[in-house]
Amino acid sequence: MRSNRFIITVIGVDKVGIVANTTKIMADFSVNIVDISQTIMEDLFTMIMLVEVNDEHFNLSAFQQAMKEGGEAIGVEVTVHQEDAFRFMHRI
Amino acid sequence: MLIHPEEIMETIQMVRSEHLDIRTITMGINLRDCVHPDIDIFNKNIYNKITHCARDLVNTTEEVENLYGIPIINKRISVTPIAVVAEGCISTDYTSIAQTLDRAAEDVNIDFIGGFSALVHKGFTPGDLNLINSIPGSLASTEKVCASINVATTRAGINMDAVAMMGKIIKETAERTRTNNGIGCAKLVVFANAPEDNPFMAGAFHGIGEPDRVINVGVSGPGVVNSAVRDLDDPDLGDIAEAIKKTAFKITRMGEMAGREVSRRLDAEFGVVDLSLAPTPEIGDSVAAILEAMGLESCGTHGTTAALALLNDAVKKGGAMASSYVGGLSGAFIPVSEDAGMIKAVERGSLNLDKLEAMTSVCSVGLDMVAVPGNTSASTISAIIADEMAIGVINRKTTAVRLIPAPGKDVGDLVEFGGLLGTAPVMRTHPYSSEEFIQRGGRIPAPIQALTN
Repeated sequence: MRSNRFIITVIGVDKVGIVANTTKIMADFSVNIVDISQTIMEDLFTMIMLVEVNDEHFNLSAFQQAMKEGGEAIGVEVTVHQEDAFRFMHRI
Repeated sequence: MLIHPEEIMETIQMVRSEHLDIRTITMGINLRDCVHPDIDIFNKNIYNKITHCARDLVNTTEEVENLYGIPIINKRISVTPIAVVAEGCISTDYTSIAQTLDRAAEDVNIDFIGGFSALVHKGFTPGDLNLINSIPGSLASTEKVCASINVATTRAGINMDAVAMMGKIIKETAERTRTNNGIGCAKLVVFANAPEDNPFMAGAFHGIGEPDRVINVGVSGPGVVNSAVRDLDDPDLGDIAEAIKKTAFKITRMGEMAGREVSRRLDAEFGVVDLSLAPTPEIGDSVAAILEAMGLESCGTHGTTAALALLNDAVKKGGAMASSYVGGLSGAFIPVSEDAGMIKAVERGSLNLDKLEAMTSVCSVGLDMVAVPGNTSASTISAIIADEMAIGVINRKTTAVRLIPAPGKDVGDLVEFGGLLGTAPVMRTHPYSSEEFIQRGGRIPAPIQALTN
């Protein structure tokens, strides 16, 4: 894997416990938050996190699955994508 | 944060609601080292080569898809034109080769395999003729094999004997796949100036100037371009071109990035990104919808060709900067059956075959996925092909014809193919005969445009 940084987005209706829930799963996978921002856009809670993984045995698809299911359990949509996907698209 | 949240949300939005995807990752595989006079051994060789080279294609592509979160819809393979590599076989029936390709495609779990092809723009070799004659039986007995025949180039002119022959082959293919609405013809393309590195089906083949293994990427994104155009507030046409250009840049960057990662992981060379707007039957993911967003009441009306020219050019300008290697077809596609907006335009009577033909002079690729009545004569089909080839040859561009003379269907009927191939409304052809013109045969000489040296 070339970059070990990922962008996590959480989108859904604002409610108590979204951050607690998602960061709990991240801690389980030893995923470290580098930067975090959150806003309310058109009544939707939107959280964007830049995270870093230093565990060489990190299992991306298991993490993506856990985050997706964790999000579904509290009614928010969670995506985990490698940072390059965003950088490459918008920057030269 | 190094990446702006707005950029992140824009990307997520493109994937979630605007159908941004990478349409295809196509692995080109050279089969020239598989040649053998015994067709059974030849078949064994090509099966082994394909399944060996592409054994990890689907897995790897899916890993990259998850990594970047961008859907990669199709995983495909193109091979050296079979007429070239099978010519050494003693057997003259190449149907078993198509069946071997089909089995290999099935076993590596890809969608389509292209390259049951011949390049006959100047004339036929015995292998070319064997291949062409094997097309109807091959397409009737396989699921995933795609055939293409290049009958014209700007440098060579138009092989009208081949054009005449392909009219008959298309009719026969439709007849042999009658129970499935002539679906065999949806996997058969007749080309002028066929590119050697096209990743899109049904016209993909692995050209003879290509390396042993290569990854070519076909990007897509009419849905994204459509919403970019619709989001503009009272734009003039320059503003629209600018918005399309920027969007094409972003779409192409995704293709370039994913393609490079797949080729790195598979240890195959990275070939090209094909900058094409390939529509799907999904609502909004339509080239016709983009033209209508520019202000046309219905695709096909006066102004459509100009709007399409603007679109096609802006896509290329945006994409060319986004990728280090651009190739393939690179332009907007207008496959009627695969584009919900085109289907509607035909149904409401605003889009006809003549207008489609005019449109193909300013975009890639040609009369694509057009259903015509089942009783259309072979010579009329050949004449439609000849017109389209002339546009390609004179304008030094690729043009193609993928016509389906749907058995038992007539104007006004709908022909259902399912999946990405969509639904084709049967379109009207001219009632007057072209028989005598097609029967003359021979070769239309290369145009003066060919004399560039």
